[in-house]
Amino acid sequence: MTDQTTDTIPAATTSASPKAGGGLLGLTKKDFGLFLLVIALTMLAPFLLNPFPENSAMAQFNAGYPDLMQRFVIFGIFAIGFNILFGLTGYLSFGHAAFLGVGSYAGIWAMKLLTLNVIPSILASMLVAGLFATLVGFISLRRSGIYFSILTLAFAMMSFALAYSVLTPITGGETGMQLQYFDPRILDAALEPGQTPRANLFGLDMATSTNLYFGNWVFTLNVGYYIAAFCMLIAFYLSIRIFRSPFGMMLRAVKSNQNRLNYTGISPKPYTLAAFVISGMYAGLAGGLLVAMDTQVGAERMFWTASGEVVLMTILGGAGTLIGPVLGAGFIKYFENIVSKINEATLHTWFAFLPDGLEDVVVAMIYPFVGKGWHLTLGLLFMAVVIFLPGGLVQGGQKLVGLFRRKKADDKTASSHTPAE
Amino acid sequence: MGILEVKNVGKRFGGLQALSDVNLSVAEGTVHAIIGPNGAGKSTLLNCLVGKLIPDTGSVSFEGQSVLGRKPHEINQMGISRVFQTPEIFGDLTVMENMMIPCVAKRDGAFSLKAYGQMMRDTEIVERAEHMLEDMNMADKREMHAASMSRGDKRRLEIGMCLAQEPRLLLLDEPTAGMARADTNNTIDLLKQIKDTRPITIAIIEHDMHVVFSLAERITVLAQGTPLVEDTPDNIKGHPKVREAYLGESSGH
Amino acid sequence: MEAIILQVLNGLDKGSAYALIALGLTLIFGTLGVVNFAHGALFMLGAFCAVTFSNLLQLSHTVIDETRTDFLGNPLKVDVPYIYDIFGEAVGSSIIDWAVPLSILFAIPVMIALGVAMERGLIRHFYKRPHADQILVTFGLAIVLQEIIKYFYGANPIPTPAPEAFVGSFDFGVMLGFDPGGIVYPYWRLIYFLFAAFIIAGVFAFLQFTTFGMVVRAGMADRETVTLLGIDIDKRFTIMFGIAAAVAGLAGVMYTPINSPNYHMGMDFLVLSFVVVVVGGMGSLPGAVLAGFLLGIIEAFASMAQVLDILPGINQIIIYLVAIVVLLTRPRGLMGRKGVMED
Repeated sequence: MTDQTTDTIPAATTSASPKAGGGLLGLTKKDFGLFLLVIALTMLAPFLLNPFPENSAMAQFNAGYPDLMQRFVIFGIFAIGFNILFGLTGYLSFGHAAFLGVGSYAGIWAMKLLTLNVIPSILASMLVAGLFATLVGFISLRRSGIYFSILTLAFAMMSFALAYSVLTPITGGETGMQLQYFDPRILDAALEPGQTPRANLFGLDMATSTNLYFGNWVFTLNVGYYIAAFCMLIAFYLSIRIFRSPFGMMLRAVKSNQNRLNYTGISPKPYTLAAFVISGMYAGLAGGLLVAMDTQVGAERMFWTASGEVVLMTILGGAGTLIGPVLGAGFIKYFENIVSKINEATLHTWFAFLPDGLEDVVVAMIYPFVGKGWHLTLGLLFMAVVIFLPGGLVQGGQKLVGLFRRKKADDKTASSHTPAE
Repeated sequence: MGILEVKNVGKRFGGLQALSDVNLSVAEGTVHAIIGPNGAGKSTLLNCLVGKLIPDTGSVSFEGQSVLGRKPHEINQMGISRVFQTPEIFGDLTVMENMMIPCVAKRDGAFSLKAYGQMMRDTEIVERAEHMLEDMNMADKREMHAASMSRGDKRRLEIGMCLAQEPRLLLLDEPTAGMARADTNNTIDLLKQIKDTRPITIAIIEHDMHVVFSLAERITVLAQGTPLVEDTPDNIKGHPKVREAYLGESSGH
Repeated sequence: MEAIILQVLNGLDKGSAYALIALGLTLIFGTLGVVNFAHGALFMLGAFCAVTFSNLLQLSHTVIDETRTDFLGNPLKVDVPYIYDIFGEAVGSSIIDWAVPLSILFAIPVMIALGVAMERGLIRHFYKRPHADQILVTFGLAIVLQEIIKYFYGANPIPTPAPEAFVGSFDFGVMLGFDPGGIVYPYWRLIYFLFAAFIIAGVFAFLQFTTFGMVVRAGMADRETVTLLGIDIDKRFTIMFGIAAAVAGLAGVMYTPINSPNYHMGMDFLVLSFVVVVVGGMGSLPGAVLAGFLLGIIEAFASMAQVLDILPGINQIIIYLVAIVVLLTRPRGLMGRKGVMED
């Protein structure tokens, strides 16, 4: 895993000498540019993700609807936080979904007991997830390597099992937790019987959407999405600061050589614990935002597959890179939602231009990989990334850029030769 | 009273008595070598000094304070730095970052949660690290990956990192083991230069007699876990017991 | 007393499955140094070998039976398995009845071939890669394998009964001199345990008493030296991977009558098996077996009604709880060696 970090960090530090100045918000020029890019992408996402006109055959691939966009940014936060632990320190937690789940439960209880305003709920999510992460981290970090992974997995599976069974009064067990009109909510006015409780930000309903029409195109601007996106931007900004801070450097040192760190007068444990708690709070924030968007929680959010998913996102994007986890989260959520929706009929319309026999063959060949079979595609993709691109999408991108530059350079030398001939 | 006092230290691993009744006093400002044949307990002794092992009996004190029961990073913060047999550096980090870490450790202690400030804009640390790199003649390697350097350069960096902490005692564990002749001589020159320019005490464990006699002011010979003699290099050279226990054996090679 | 014996017995069958999977995992880890997250999938593939084999046995052709008529008065069409044509109806039907035990013969070559193919095709390229990469690529493989099975066999569990002779239970308590009805134990579970014990003993004997096993054990202890001796350890490790795959596969074959196989059974067992391996100590074969049975039995005890009354839900978390306690008190598991998997 060491290669990923090394691919990106030194490049950044080169430009980050004290003289290099540049940039704004306390970031170097390069980091500030990256941040601006992420701001632009998240703010324009409703347009960028809906490139195909409504009712066209390609509208299947549009991802610009609120529910999915919210997932992009929320799981982006989750993966950014996970990357602070795994990408920097190399400690592979297999139980991070527990913090997301605990955050969700804390969030929904804040909405039940206090107010439907999302701010106290999100703060409660982060706080409770942070406390839980402190406890789990304190115990798990006494071991390293696979022992650490299994300890975190054990804690997460225990949380899941308990939420599913014994803790039903607080978690809702199998049915999960929803908001009710009769919840106490001491800070809000009582709701009418039968009225649906809706999360809001100072009265602004999370579900509010505005549709913009441009010819055949429809773009949906959703309040919930922009709030979640705003949170992700803050989360992303803070992660850049952490990466470039003395603390971040120490975390990379933990990954690189704990022995030397010990003999340099630095105790690795508080550093890893702090990283663990910070990433737990990121997970809590993600959990709180999930609740703010759909006002419900289920225990399956804590199952080990959910923990595995965030590992996949981070590695697919590029562990130890700044932007990688965000890309990975977007990529996997896009696949999950779009590829799984393609059915046999859609395939037939796509390949209708082929002769009948061939059409059936092509459809039959593609069908196992889409719709319900999207996990198969995911698994194959996953293997392909680990085998061919151990540094994830970011490394892939860098390789492409490298190829492109070399080609350009070749062109230049070629063109400079031409006049001479 | 030396800067480092080892009294009656013993350490047993199962049936093997690795150290028994070791007494050693390292005088401040000297270069003190500990030599001995393989299995004499040199590394065990070193590990007892830095907190990696805890001796079964006896005491180890540094500047009058006991180091026993303290963790390696605490002992390091007391003023003891250690150079390893194979260079231990942060291979994934740049040379500059490698040098900055001990500077941060010196200033901010064993832990500090500075998670917001820009490392590279911390002028105090950056200047200090740059200065140390210049001292080590490594300024041109600033942005290199530490892991991609030659073994000699890694050793030089490691020593520089230790010095950046301004330790009062520098422990070296066979610093030239596995090195080519040229690299060995470079390391000897570097250590001589350090000795001449800095107020530091150096304790060195070494196998290579050339290194030992070029540097050491006092030598302790360890055999079978216990000190045989302690004397100046000249006296050690001619000492019959040492010839028998050590030099005799090694001259055969 | 009866209750205690009953719970120990109840723990044995699940413990056997844990132990067999953990044994294979440890063999692979110990010999190749690879953390194989696809091992659960091998267990699942073994179970589906049994399903496939019994489907094959039941392949039929239709014949028209003139002696009988359906409700319209036409001659009755009957599906006759080909196996009846070959061995006659009596032998044929008992072969079908014995499909699960017989599929062991089918599963061994299939699983060894799969294991060797996996090692040659994929795992081999990951020896030098970090453990995290190994975990991820085998995890991806596990997803692919289980999705393939899902595609061909569907998502629902497929009932695969034990032979008629072993259906039902027997009163184990009476044999030991307790009152009748105290300890009733299904035949097949006892067979599963005995089978597991046989396989485990076989693997240990193989490693202990054959030259091949000796070389592999030496390789586990110190790979480089063995390579220096001029022994082609890689080839032996490939075979070892095949054997580990076969062990997992056989565990799966024989487990089918206890739980009808479904495509995600491998993952369900994998997570627990990893906990078992780690509790036993990475790289320790006896540790894996010991921890497998231990955790199986502890889980059975935690599922007792009397225990659940006091500590509701404890059966769900007991294994993880034990794992946490063991790892905190014994850093390298029950029988682990120093320095394994700690980087």
